[in-house]
Amino acid sequence: MKITVKLFAIGRDLVGKNEVDLTLPDNAVVQQALDQLNTEYPKFRELTTYMIAVNMEYADKSTRLNDGDELAIIPPVSGG
Amino acid sequence: MIEITSEPINVQKVVTAAYRDDCGAVDVFIGTVRNHSRGKDITRLEYEAYPEMAVKMIQRIIDEAEKKWPVKKVAVSHRTGVLKIGDIAVVIAVATPHRRESFAACQYIIDRLKEIVPIWKKEIATDGETWIDDHA
Repeated sequence: MKITVKLFAIGRDLVGKNEVDLTLPDNAVVQQALDQLNTEYPKFRELTTYMIAVNMEYADKSTRLNDGDELAIIPPVSGG
Repeated sequence: MIEITSEPINVQKVVTAAYRDDCGAVDVFIGTVRNHSRGKDITRLEYEAYPEMAVKMIQRIIDEAEKKWPVKKVAVSHRTGVLKIGDIAVVIAVATPHRRESFAACQYIIDRLKEIVPIWKKEIATDGETWIDDHA
């Protein structure tokens, strides 16, 4: 399956892109997407604290992914 | 009204969007860019958003506030891009029938915005740039 990873702020600065497409096995979970990011973009490993969102809802590393999902890496927020 | 905008915020428009005939109080929070942070002189801020999710989370927060207080209407505008000292980063206007709950509800909304809404600020000071990471 294919998913799109969206990166923001420090995450985007480290990876160098604001969007990355990943191909994952069927029934993959978020952790597998993160593992692939860590492999393909070693600087991403420097981001130690972040939340996960899948299709704009907060999720976690065990959340199952589906084809076409949008996974967002959410570093600590600082709006307002 | 919930907007994420790269334009300067029209405060009156946001405040007026919260008016309701059955409400006698509108409490307004305006967040502005301060010239100092953590002992450093700040020259500007840069805000970035995940806009679709930011709008969704702001609506979620408004739903929470409506469960806790008799909130009848809320208008929120948050700006992104490069902001100078004194620029307005966020405006929140909350309408309630009577004034007492309007203060608490408005405070709740800005406090929650700083916890869960996917918007980030980078501080540009004379000695460098830093993404803020402690919900400040």
